[in-house]
Amino acid sequence: MDIHEYQAKEILSRFGVPVPRGGLAYSPEQASYRCTEIGGTKWVVKAQVHAGGRGEAGGVKLCTSDREVQDVANGMFGKRLVTKQSGPRGKLIYRVYVEEATDIARELYFAIVLDRRIERVVIITSAQGGMDIEELVAKRPDAVIRTTIEPAVGFLAFQAREIAFAIGLEAPQIAEASRIFRRAYRAFRDLDATMLEINPLAVTGKGDIVALDAKMSFDDNAMFRHLDISELRDRSQEDSRESHAADRGLAYVGLDGNIGCMINGAGLAMATIDMIKLVGGEPANFLDIGGAASPERVLKAFRAVLHDEKVKAMLVNIFAGINRCDWVAEGIVAAFKDMDVKIPVVVRLAGTHVEQGQRILRDSGLPIISADSLADAAEKVVAAVNSPAAGADA
Amino acid sequence: MAILIDENTRVVVQGITGRIGKFHAEEMIDYGTNVVAGVTPGKGGERVFDRPVFNTMKEAVEATGADASIVFVPPPFAADSIMEAADAGIRFCACITDGIPSQDMMRVKRYMRRYRSEQRMTLTGPNCAGTISPGRALMGIMPGHIYQQGRVGIIGRSGTLGYEAASQMKDLGIGVSTSVGIGGDPVNGTSFRDHLELFENDPETDAVVMVGEIGGPQEAEGADYVRAHMSKPVIAYIAGLSAPKGRKMGHAGAIVFAVGESAQEKSDILTAAGITMAPNPSAMGETVAWVLTERGLLPSLA
Repeated sequence: MDIHEYQAKEILSRFGVPVPRGGLAYSPEQASYRCTEIGGTKWVVKAQVHAGGRGEAGGVKLCTSDREVQDVANGMFGKRLVTKQSGPRGKLIYRVYVEEATDIARELYFAIVLDRRIERVVIITSAQGGMDIEELVAKRPDAVIRTTIEPAVGFLAFQAREIAFAIGLEAPQIAEASRIFRRAYRAFRDLDATMLEINPLAVTGKGDIVALDAKMSFDDNAMFRHLDISELRDRSQEDSRESHAADRGLAYVGLDGNIGCMINGAGLAMATIDMIKLVGGEPANFLDIGGAASPERVLKAFRAVLHDEKVKAMLVNIFAGINRCDWVAEGIVAAFKDMDVKIPVVVRLAGTHVEQGQRILRDSGLPIISADSLADAAEKVVAAVNSPAAGADA
Repeated sequence: MAILIDENTRVVVQGITGRIGKFHAEEMIDYGTNVVAGVTPGKGGERVFDRPVFNTMKEAVEATGADASIVFVPPPFAADSIMEAADAGIRFCACITDGIPSQDMMRVKRYMRRYRSEQRMTLTGPNCAGTISPGRALMGIMPGHIYQQGRVGIIGRSGTLGYEAASQMKDLGIGVSTSVGIGGDPVNGTSFRDHLELFENDPETDAVVMVGEIGGPQEAEGADYVRAHMSKPVIAYIAGLSAPKGRKMGHAGAIVFAVGESAQEKSDILTAAGITMAPNPSAMGETVAWVLTERGLLPSLA
């Protein structure tokens, strides 16, 4: 789960990491009022969206009057900011963060991630802040320092000191920087984060160290013990198809094609999408209905798939282990009764109670196209989507 | 003995009194698995399917001589249950539970390092379908009837895609020595590499199928092992060729972050290690058949 910059800064500040003074605004008027509250003569207006690369995309602007802050904010609200990470549709801006401008002497890079290769938390730092870390790793791998954390003892003081010296901080800043690094780690560890990135971590003209930007992601599996964090979820930043499915407990990822998919198991779902693509189709979604799918759950999944108006045909691929093909078949029949399904539906059933499931579908008299293998199902659904009945252009 | 489990394996079901634990305990017993006990803290003294229930793993192991456990404990408590199994002297543990926080699993991995490698419990999962040695023992949630007994090992992250592989093989008369689910989480107990080594040393296995997916380095680590140490043929499929970068595809671990984690990159790495890739997920069975025939391991198709 991702959160906004201002939320990450609130969290970091709570753990003792210095951040610039700032305030959130939901309207241009509020943005300009924040200038008075914060004081000073220069402010930065930052669009709050769940995507990196905001600066280059015009989502971060320096202003020198409250009037200008109001105008800039006015230009941002309601727009969709398209960055290199946001996807082509961009992300809706409905909150901006107004922050005092910082007099930057140096920009550093600081991040904490979970490294799957060594199954440990790793601190990534660099004296070259401000730029994209992927770019930095590609161009200057020697400029990136990786520090591995031992889970038994945590982030040790000497490790933090080593980093502070290695990124070229001056002697008077070493102690403070080490404290900041370890406080950031504590936030990461205590809140079950999977990623924390401060880029840049700035050294000001006066020699202070502040987090100028902040990004955090959290482990979805750990949200049961962090209800306060799970409340920070912002639905406006999600694909509406995905929010709809997530609210119904379904693992759904929106894609760009027109073949709706409903599959049990993540691996089989990925493989089915691959198969559709291989035979020339374009999947509209990834959807794993999970184990033990009751007829009600199948019905919900049908609704989630058809919620996407681009869907012109649908493929149901179930390999039942804990699932039962007869339950899935009942769910499909119920969906047809409930929803007036007008598009072709291809169903492939295998595994537990497959004969009963196929009999239910046959006896229903519904125009369901039956398939007997993964390849057969993919070919049939691609043929169906290209047929005139599916409303294809060709 | 195939690998990991056989008809002599004595299994404890952790979480046997829960709805899911009970359901699968019965399925495993019906298959012929030697389920000797269950553990649910606070339910000690009860009986489920005529098996004793204990409060702690230590008691269960002492009373029954159990050497394997399967975990159906809910996510907030599952990591603790795994460590309890390791401490009680369990040799093989399959954790089925989906939804364990990554930091909990890192703690489990750290805890396991206190045991010398020859005494360390082998953990599969979490978020896996379990392990089956067809005709001998089933420790998991898979439908036993889709596996034919035979001489090909399977290692897979995904449950249902593993079923797909096994059933395509069965349709061609090819059986399985053991099928191991390693799970779809970012931090898991054991990986392709560990089980490739077990299969390489198993006299009852002739070839191995790897069913991988996007995300993480484990398929590539498996490929390194195959190149350096395997004499037996390996066949593989990697799911997620069309998965968009940076999106989590159902499994917590199925997400492309780094270079080398996409399906195409993994397929290239595996091919370079001499592994035969199934060209599509519907061709896993026929690719296995082709490789076995080439190697003279499939003299007569029944």
